[in-house]
Amino acid sequence: MATNLKRIIEFGFQDFSRNKGISVAAIFVLVVSIALVTGLVFFQGAMGYLISQVQNKIDITAYFKAGTQEQNILAVKDQVLEMSPNIKNVEYVSGEQALVDFNERHKDNPVLSQALQEVGDNPFLSSLNITTNGDPLQYAQISSALQTSDFSELLDKVDFSQKKDTIEKIYSITSNINIFGIIFEIILTIVAILVVFNTIRLGIEGSKEEITTMRLVGASNRLVRGPFIVQGIIYGVIAFIICFLLSLLFAVSLSSKMSVVLPGFNMLSYFLTNWWIFVLIQLGFGTAVGAISALVVVKKYLKV
Amino acid sequence: MIKFNNVTKIYPANFTDGSVASVLQDVSFEIKEGEFVSIIGKSGAGKTTLTRLILGLEEPTSGEVYFKDKNIHALDSAEIQKIRRNIGCIYQDYKLLPAKTVYENVAYIMEVEGASDGDIKKEVPKVLEMIGLKEKMYNFPKELSGGEQQRLAVARALVNHPDIIIADEPTGNLDPYNTYEVIFLLEKINKAGTTIILLTHDREIINKLGKRVITLVGGRVIRDESEGRFII
Repeated sequence: MATNLKRIIEFGFQDFSRNKGISVAAIFVLVVSIALVTGLVFFQGAMGYLISQVQNKIDITAYFKAGTQEQNILAVKDQVLEMSPNIKNVEYVSGEQALVDFNERHKDNPVLSQALQEVGDNPFLSSLNITTNGDPLQYAQISSALQTSDFSELLDKVDFSQKKDTIEKIYSITSNINIFGIIFEIILTIVAILVVFNTIRLGIEGSKEEITTMRLVGASNRLVRGPFIVQGIIYGVIAFIICFLLSLLFAVSLSSKMSVVLPGFNMLSYFLTNWWIFVLIQLGFGTAVGAISALVVVKKYLKV
Repeated sequence: MIKFNNVTKIYPANFTDGSVASVLQDVSFEIKEGEFVSIIGKSGAGKTTLTRLILGLEEPTSGEVYFKDKNIHALDSAEIQKIRRNIGCIYQDYKLLPAKTVYENVAYIMEVEGASDGDIKKEVPKVLEMIGLKEKMYNFPKELSGGEQQRLAVARALVNHPDIIIADEPTGNLDPYNTYEVIFLLEKINKAGTTIILLTHDREIINKLGKRVITLVGGRVIRDESEGRFII
């Protein structure tokens, strides 16, 4: 058993080194396919970041009646936090703070400053700014819970109904991006698998006569098939090493350019944080597609 | 050792004209251990089909083929492979492994058998020396002449000391010098106790050998003589 395994591995390496043309072609196709799949991982990372950024911008605000005590508002804040596990953050903004923020934001707009002066008092109400995990249904549930709760008499208004359409539109766009992203990835991955499979098939077709001879002299299925599978794994490992280095190079060289297109998204840190996912996908895709393709193709010629 | 029992082989109907090709018809004979048997016949007489039936590459339409009392066509794939390891085959087109060297082509047969590395290192150079290919041990088959390739095929067929060697037109591509070299080698192997089946349509070889001859005409055995001559 051990001798057989050793021989299978030796034959695999031997065939790999002797069929240089086929080996180079198979590795090249695998590198292109793995690069395609890697590109999809980067794309998904960027899209995930974009979607989370958009979803973080969605919130609902509960405004309290003028004169509501701060301690009452903070007590409501604690209750809101316990309402649902989907609530990500509740931020208290006092009326005074809202005024300061408004002035800061519109300091260059004299019309707005003048309008505020004409009003006289601080027109801003204290509020709780609530963000969830992004599903509009959660916002609707929280809004209705707020309006029917014990503390509803403290509330002046909840601005969900004004934002409802925008929230739903953003949610629909982000979920569509997700769905189309997944479909796109599946199609490209299938195409990549088929291209690799066909390249390996063409390589093995050239050894059809050799496989028949091996069977004629009594070689077991394992001894005939094994070296081709080993070759497939070698293709996968070499293609993985090339692709991993290319991905690192790609992340380093394009990181600054990507930050311009998608502010806050750092490709290099995304790659370094998720390096093990890249290893798993690139190595797994390369070796699995290489080995399984060989397994399937050789099986056809073992019927001798 | 090998027994054909009323074997008939008919290939399925031809796609274009619907005709069937009957290659062997009711063929029966037995080959005993240590025999040197020549099977002669014109091209298309069914000689190669006989080999394919012995190797389990074809199923007989009717009848049975036995190897050491085992009905070959009742065996599963793994058992057929075991039988193939006991049969050394020499083909007209050599059927060598082009990506392996001379040494590796011969060693492969022992590796298939599961022989140890030590035995392979000892046995392969010995066989190559006997066959006159020791100097070309590290060459690839494409770097050898036709005669050398055929000798390599012979070396491969006898390296694991099979019970039987089937030589299907082994001299078809060779010049007279190499032809007699191969036949001489087969005789030598037979004297050492190995059963030999020689399939040929070379009149001179058969008449010189003076061994048992089975004559096939149109898929039928028309003659089986212990010291036969080439008469068709």
